[in-house]
Amino acid sequence: MVFGGWYLVIEYFIKYHSKLEKALFQHLQIVTITLIISILLAAAITVLIMKSDFASKLVVNTFSVVYSIPSLALFAMLIPVMGIGKNTAIIVLMAYNQFLLIRNFLAGFHMVDKAIIEAAVGMGMNDWQLLGKIKLPLAMEAIIAGIHLAIISTIGIATIGATINAGGIGTILFDGLRTQNTVKILWGTILAAGLAFVANGLLNLLEKKMKKVGT
Amino acid sequence: MSLAVEFINVTKHFKNASYNAVDDVNLEVEQGELITILGTSGCGKTTLLKMVNRLYEPDEGEIRLFGENIKNSDPVQLRRKIGYVIQQVGLFPHMTVYDNIATVPKILKWDKKQIDARVEELLLLVDLDPKEFKNRYPAQLSGGQQQRIGLARALAVKPELMLLDEPFGAIDAINRNNLQNELKRIHCKYQKTFLFVTHDINEAFKLGTKVLIMDKGQVQQFDTPVNISRKPANEFVNFLLESAINSNQSWSLGDGI
Repeated sequence: MVFGGWYLVIEYFIKYHSKLEKALFQHLQIVTITLIISILLAAAITVLIMKSDFASKLVVNTFSVVYSIPSLALFAMLIPVMGIGKNTAIIVLMAYNQFLLIRNFLAGFHMVDKAIIEAAVGMGMNDWQLLGKIKLPLAMEAIIAGIHLAIISTIGIATIGATINAGGIGTILFDGLRTQNTVKILWGTILAAGLAFVANGLLNLLEKKMKKVGT
Repeated sequence: MSLAVEFINVTKHFKNASYNAVDDVNLEVEQGELITILGTSGCGKTTLLKMVNRLYEPDEGEIRLFGENIKNSDPVQLRRKIGYVIQQVGLFPHMTVYDNIATVPKILKWDKKQIDARVEELLLLVDLDPKEFKNRYPAQLSGGQQQRIGLARALAVKPELMLLDEPFGAIDAINRNNLQNELKRIHCKYQKTFLFVTHDINEAFKLGTKVLIMDKGQVQQFDTPVNISRKPANEFVNFLLESAINSNQSWSLGDGI
C-alpha cells in the first residue's frame, strides 16, 4: 500500500512533469519579481526615513499593521481595486516584505557605532560617502538577514497567490485540495517546502561565507 | 604671527540645559600653537571644539579659521582640511589600517603612489612598522595602537589644524605617556595648530603651549602653563591647581581617594 502510494506520486510526475515545472517556474518568477521590487522600494524608503526617528517608527509601525493582516484577507481587499492575477499577488507580497526589509535595514544602520559615524563625518565624508563606505558595509549582515527572511516568507505566501489565479506552486496544492487528490497535494507540498528548504540552505551558506570575508 | 582660530562672542545653548554650553567665548589662537582645553565634564570644552569643524553650529557669534568665517565654507569641504581625533577612536572596522589612513586622500583623489608613500610615512611617524601593520584590521590592534592609527588618519592630508577630543582618555597610563610624548614630537615637527581637549590637568600642562581653562561654558584663564601656575586668574583656577597637587600627593602616599 505504502509502496503503491509512492508509485502513484512518481507516476504523476512522469505524466505531468511539465505541469509541475511550469508551476515551479511561475513561482520562481513571482518570487524574483517581488524581491527585486521589494528590495529597491525598501532601500529607497529606508534612505528617506533613516535620519528621522519619528518617520522610522511611523513607517515600521504602519507596515507591521499591514504585515499582521492575513494574506487571504489582503488578497481579497485588493481584488476590487487590482482584479485577480499575478500583479495583485506581487503587490501583496511586496507589502509584506516592506515590514521585514525596512525593519532589518533600519536596525542594521542603527547598530553602527556612533563613534564611527562621528569620525567619518568629522573627516569630511558627505552623506553618500557615509552611506556607501561606512553605513552600508557595516549594516550588511542585518541587511542580508532581512533579505533572507523576505525570500523565505515570499516563497511561502506566494503559494496562497494561487487562490486569486496568480499561478505558481499553490495552483497544484489548491487543485489537489479541491479535488481531494492526495498525489497533487503531496506534489504541491514537496515543491513548496523543498523550494523553501533549498533557498534557506543556500542563503545560510552565503551568510557564512560573508562572515568569513568580514573578519 | 597670524591667527589660526578666532572665536568672537561665541555662544551655544543646548535644549533643556540650565546654562549655556559655551557662553560668550572670545579667543585668539595663533598659528603653530598646541592649545590644551581643560575643564570638568560638561564645561563646554568638547562643544567648543566641535563648533570649529561645524559638527555643532554656534547660536551666536562667529568663528574664523585663518581669517575666514567658517560659516561661509561648505562643512564637508571644511572638515577635509581639519584633522579630527576622538576618544573612542572610531576606526572603520571593515577597513585595513591602510584604508583607514587613506580615507581622506582617497576622497581627495590622490593617486595610488602618493597614498602609498603617505601611509608609509605616517605609520613610521606614529612609530608602527608599516609592513607589519598596514594590512591589519582595527580589531587586531591594541587600544594604544588604534589611537596611533587614529592620529595618523587625522594627519593624512597634512591639515593646518588638528582637533583632538580627549584622544588618550581611554588609554592606560604607560601608553598614554608614550602617546603624549609622541604627540608633542609630532607637533614640534609639523608646527601646525592643535586644539586638544582634556580633563586631565597634568596632560593639559604637559602638552599645551597654552592652556585654556573652562568652567560653565566660560573661559576662566588662557595663558601659558607657567603663567597659570604662577598667577591663577580666579578661585576656580586656584581650586583646580590645588586639587591636582592634592591628587598627586595622595597618589604618592598610596591613598586612592
